[in-house]
Amino acid sequence: MDDLYREIILDHYQNPRNKELLSPADIDYEEDNPVCGDHIHLTVQLDDEDRVTAVGWDGEGCAISQASASMLSEAIVGKTLEELRSFSKDDVLEMLGIELGPVRLKCALLSLKVLKAGAYGLTAWPGEEE
Amino acid sequence: MNTNRRTPLDVEAVRADFPVLHQEVRPGVPLIYLDNAATTQKPLAVVDTMSDYYRLYNANVHRGIHKLSEAATDAYEAARARIAEFINAASHREIIYTRNTSESINLVAMTWGRANVGSGDVILSTEMEHHSNLVPWQILAEEKGAELRYVPVRDDGLLDVAAFDAMLDGRVKLVAVTQMSNVLGTINPVADMAAKAHAAGALILVDAAQSVPHMPVDVRAIDADFFAFSGHKMVGPTGIGILYGKRELLEAMPPYMYGGDMIKRVTFEGAEWNDLPWKFEAGTPSIAEAIGLGAAVDYLTETGMENIHAHEQALIDYAAERLVEVPGVRVFGPEDVTQRGGVASFSLDGMHPHDIAQILDHEGVAVRAGHHCAMPLHQRLSVVATTRASFYLYNSFSEVDRLIEALYKAKEVFTF
Repeated sequence: MDDLYREIILDHYQNPRNKELLSPADIDYEEDNPVCGDHIHLTVQLDDEDRVTAVGWDGEGCAISQASASMLSEAIVGKTLEELRSFSKDDVLEMLGIELGPVRLKCALLSLKVLKAGAYGLTAWPGEEE
Repeated sequence: MNTNRRTPLDVEAVRADFPVLHQEVRPGVPLIYLDNAATTQKPLAVVDTMSDYYRLYNANVHRGIHKLSEAATDAYEAARARIAEFINAASHREIIYTRNTSESINLVAMTWGRANVGSGDVILSTEMEHHSNLVPWQILAEEKGAELRYVPVRDDGLLDVAAFDAMLDGRVKLVAVTQMSNVLGTINPVADMAAKAHAAGALILVDAAQSVPHMPVDVRAIDADFFAFSGHKMVGPTGIGILYGKRELLEAMPPYMYGGDMIKRVTFEGAEWNDLPWKFEAGTPSIAEAIGLGAAVDYLTETGMENIHAHEQALIDYAAERLVEVPGVRVFGPEDVTQRGGVASFSLDGMHPHDIAQILDHEGVAVRAGHHCAMPLHQRLSVVATTRASFYLYNSFSEVDRLIEALYKAKEVFTF
């Protein structure tokens, strides 16, 4: 069983990075996908230039959603909120390195959705902003 | 191990009728289709019947006085008559074509419901209903100031009949219940429930989406007031469903979709409704689909609903036994297979249903992961989502073995 459950995804699922909520936090937001029960709670600390200095998260759900959150928590460190605005659905897919059907896509995008909702108040799913 | 793998069906012969089953999902991995509660495959006879209609005698129904129109009308109405026979309705006038079970139930809620349910009345639902036999009643209750109450599901997956008896008081106007749960597989005692409902002055609507395709049904033996099912779950096409209603009820109900064909006469001042069943069929219907459903009913009748039911009982018996052998698996629904249909929803410790379904898909096994349009039921079961395998007449015992093998593979991937 290779393709979808690549080593890296299973590694992040088994050994999630940054899986500890930060307090205090400049961004603190959580959401779940009621369709399947995936849940992500994201906390982010920023410096004076709105640059991400630390990320902590918690959650439960399928391997794709949890691995994605873990990988995202590493990928956004050092980026400014302005830079992160353009972090897209395609960036998430590239990060995961896999192709996903429409149902699992939501699993992969949940953490980015939570980030964008917490940082910018955006409610749409990444990729469905129009 | 239970070696009872006896079935009255010649599964290989049945499978030969379904071309779609003979494919590989990826090289060397044959398709094992176990998502029949979601939708079913169609035999060539149904596919050919529909394309014949389009190729040879496509025309609009009811109005034309030309050869094609007469042929189309004959086929469309003949299908209705055969569907009436299939469920033992007294008359073709009691068979209304809709788009699907959801539309059938909404029709009752919008017409009979709005006219007969009022403030202080009670609608009795159950904890195991599909959203389509739940949300319309939530809306109706809200609109009318009525109360919606839920008959509980027991821990063993059976409906709490004692609770039903206690909840059936003089305020209940309607009992809305599934004949077979699409998650638990539980077969509910709808004939008994109908008798009790009637004794208490209430009507009963049966969601038969999962039962009609899988077991013989008799609406008069049940004494159902309303009975709803979908074509696509019974080897028929999508886009066609049926509402059965007792004639006197349907006569008294106002329509809720208006326009062509559901009228007898229209002037600038108003309109006079058509007779049953056309009163509830506005506009050009799904002609090909209705004719296709007729062909589906023919196919199922020829195979024999008793045979199909017996086959599925044998399959679910075998599947349930093999499933619980897998460490960490929990199967939901009644343990006694005579109380359930061919649906097995299960959980696997430490694995999310999405991941299970994904790996099963890789192994060619098509199942469903999620809440299966029954979120309140999952709340009652204290799980967010389950994985569901659902069988039909073209599934085999060796496919059950492949399902189990795939589950072991899934466990392997996720063993750290």
